[in-house]
Amino acid sequence: MKKTFAIGIGGAAGQGVATPGDIFAKIFSRRGLHLNAYNAYQSIIRGGHTFLTIRTGPERVSNMGDRVDLLIPLNQDAMDRHLGLLTAGAACIYNSDTIKPGIAAEDVAMCPLPVSKLADITRNKVAQNTLAVGAGLSMMGIGFQGLEEVLNEQFRKKGETVVGENIGIARTGYDYATANFKPFAWPLPMMGTRYAVLSGNTAMAMGGAAAGVKFYCAYPMSPSTGVLHWMAAHARKANIMVRQVEDEIGVVNMAIGAAHAGVRSMCATSGGGFALMSEGLGLSAMMETPVVVIDCQRAGPSTGVPTKTEQGDLWQMLGAAFGDYPRALAAPLDIGDCFKIIPEIFNIADRFQCPGIVLCDLLLSEGRLSVDPKDLDFAPVINRGELITSASPGRNGDGAYKRYKITESGISPRAIPGVPGHTHTAASDEHDEDGVLISDEFTNPAKRRAMMEKRMRKVAGIEAAVPPPVLWGRHDGDVTLIGWGSTKGVIEEACEILTEQGISANQLQIRWLVPLHGDAILDILNSSRHTIIVENNYSGQFARYLRSETSFVPDGHIRKYDGEPFMPHHIVESVKEQLAGNSRLSVPAHEILV
Amino acid sequence: MATALAPTNRVAMADLKGKVDPDWCPGCGDFGVLSAVQKALVELQIPNHNVVTISGIGCSSNFPGFINTYGMHTLHGRALAVATGVKLANHDLTVLVTGGDGDGFGIGGNHFVHTMRRNVDLLYIVMDNQIYGLTTGQTSPTSRLGMKTKSMPFGNIEAPVNPISLALAAGATFVARGFSGEQKHLTELIKQGIQHKGFSFLDVFSPCVTYNHDNTYQWFRPRVKKLEDDSVYDPANWMAAMEKSLLWGEEIPIGKFFERTDVPSLHEAEPVLNTGSLVSSDTQIPLDISRSFVDELM
Repeated sequence: MKKTFAIGIGGAAGQGVATPGDIFAKIFSRRGLHLNAYNAYQSIIRGGHTFLTIRTGPERVSNMGDRVDLLIPLNQDAMDRHLGLLTAGAACIYNSDTIKPGIAAEDVAMCPLPVSKLADITRNKVAQNTLAVGAGLSMMGIGFQGLEEVLNEQFRKKGETVVGENIGIARTGYDYATANFKPFAWPLPMMGTRYAVLSGNTAMAMGGAAAGVKFYCAYPMSPSTGVLHWMAAHARKANIMVRQVEDEIGVVNMAIGAAHAGVRSMCATSGGGFALMSEGLGLSAMMETPVVVIDCQRAGPSTGVPTKTEQGDLWQMLGAAFGDYPRALAAPLDIGDCFKIIPEIFNIADRFQCPGIVLCDLLLSEGRLSVDPKDLDFAPVINRGELITSASPGRNGDGAYKRYKITESGISPRAIPGVPGHTHTAASDEHDEDGVLISDEFTNPAKRRAMMEKRMRKVAGIEAAVPPPVLWGRHDGDVTLIGWGSTKGVIEEACEILTEQGISANQLQIRWLVPLHGDAILDILNSSRHTIIVENNYSGQFARYLRSETSFVPDGHIRKYDGEPFMPHHIVESVKEQLAGNSRLSVPAHEILV
Repeated sequence: MATALAPTNRVAMADLKGKVDPDWCPGCGDFGVLSAVQKALVELQIPNHNVVTISGIGCSSNFPGFINTYGMHTLHGRALAVATGVKLANHDLTVLVTGGDGDGFGIGGNHFVHTMRRNVDLLYIVMDNQIYGLTTGQTSPTSRLGMKTKSMPFGNIEAPVNPISLALAAGATFVARGFSGEQKHLTELIKQGIQHKGFSFLDVFSPCVTYNHDNTYQWFRPRVKKLEDDSVYDPANWMAAMEKSLLWGEEIPIGKFFERTDVPSLHEAEPVLNTGSLVSSDTQIPLDISRSFVDELM
């Protein structure tokens, strides 16, 4: 099994859970360790309970895992909620002035820090956090220097006194642990490389910048707001116009306006905001103006659970706006893919002059992952498609330009406003090749049919431009686990664990939802021994979609809709249950109380 | 992208004629608005490829199809949002937004207010006929109290919105009212609105001859009084403009209520556009900058 080490930090919002998390993440990634961080939090600014899990290790870490090795409860509530998660070999560092230890399992080390004796808590309100970070690093076998460096960066702006004070407190915690606590059995290694650590939202925003996005607008909505924050903070350096708009209806229409004028244009939201954008998606399709919309799914319906994850928006994406029209819909597989998928979908949207939808979710949007900086490629392939940006001889001014010219591919060269000799009107009403409406005075069934067929011919082109999915793992596996989007990492790890336990498991992970490549999927699944679809929603939205496209019915389903992501053991246990013939639908319970 | 015109390339009325003729009802006020816009563009000599005419949905929103410029015939109520995107992506274009009172003050009310406070540099012409026409005669946000329509057959009990006061309150930097029956005056207002750097709002009485039997040409003619004829009226005075905007009845002012030129328009306020329009800017981010983005994460 993969060697990993996981830290759980729990406390109230406003107590400073994030800072120790950031410090650990920096130290690990600079040692060349991979990491995955997931923060279970609530829609509250102060108070409540948040629980941050950071899992690290020398190999790729794709999910939060099943185990907590070090628990740092910042208040009694966190101690009470999470001590029970610890098993043999784990440890719990806590402030023994304010927190009563609970009853721990055998071989769990309880490590009390007498905080008021070790630091001046009247001067430093978060002294307990800093002491715990120092103590934890000592127990992990990590030298103090890395921590000193990070604290220096963290507090530099507040002046030397603050830096010195924090380093002093951290050092005290570090030395106290060295003298009093038993180190972990597995000291964390030094790997001699460095990783970037970023959230899916940051990755999608940066992917947009790399794709040449020049216009970004949004209305704040969790869990998509991080995209807006990155864009706003980097707009001037990246030369991107970033606007906060009055509502998501305005957002999508403003984005379409900018796209129509000739720039790459993007926006992000969550399910509720996307619902407001729906009519605009149809406008993009009808005017054949490419725009990319990101939907960061959260638990619905309605306001739902704004800080919890779900894969519940698939059918909203499939049914967004009325009428038939070509669209591209892709779900990034991990946080690195959040970056890569943006230039890819822009190329599709531009070439086929249609809306592109990125279906992300809170797990990726707000989770964080170590990524090789080489994978953040700011010079990706850019294909703007058939775009007329200047008047060239032969095209200029002869009045023959037809914006919606009927072609075999369905793609009509697109002139942007400002180009002489190509004036035309792009309309939301059905129109003829030259843009004249055929909705009012000039309705014409033959023309309407021809225009529908022209637009829909682009579907075949999109399908050819997107690769079909492939099966990962041994082709003769005992079980094939099918997932889509963000469940990639956890299913992958479940497959590894199952295989180690003698059940050979392979994985089919879907990235492009539209086009789906149903035939390629059927080829794979028809030769699978036992098929199970894993997804983070109630009704099996992907299972229903796959069935509607291919008539394929899997042997079983594993679903979760409690707002929290899958942990590997949820899938492993469900697979065993199903292979034993005990169930065809497993809904694992989330054991962590968050 | 503005191109200097050779004398032989002078913009003429014929250049601005749309591919099809308007299908508005004979006598519709919108004809007068269309010809006034065409005349204004000829008088200002703006080549048609540098103009984008953007509308929502409704009788008057069919406007872009009847004029030969770049056009966008968008969704009901969303023209201003689309137009903001167009202007920010290419501020060298002249952006005209055309539509009706239902489109702009009803379904598009939110965008109307916010586009004004942002001072987006465009001219928004509302062909205000105080009725929903294309849906065959229902009450609009500017229908008078008591007006009987198919949707309020026993009379409107909701007070109408006052577009001029609303525009003034929302921070529009050019606020005017025209009348379709006053061509020369209207053309002059359109020219001023295009030339104004910032959001120009022009509410035009554009009578619906089919469904509005209350607010007809005959009803407006004796009532409209040009502000330009009032020698003491100062359109730089916001309070005076607000006061004038409240006049309704025997005397209804038309003309330029208000203009201020000391507020930068949205594209002027945004430093990203200092080096030129977005559409003309380099796609690729310089290597040292993209590297700094990655370094932040290390």
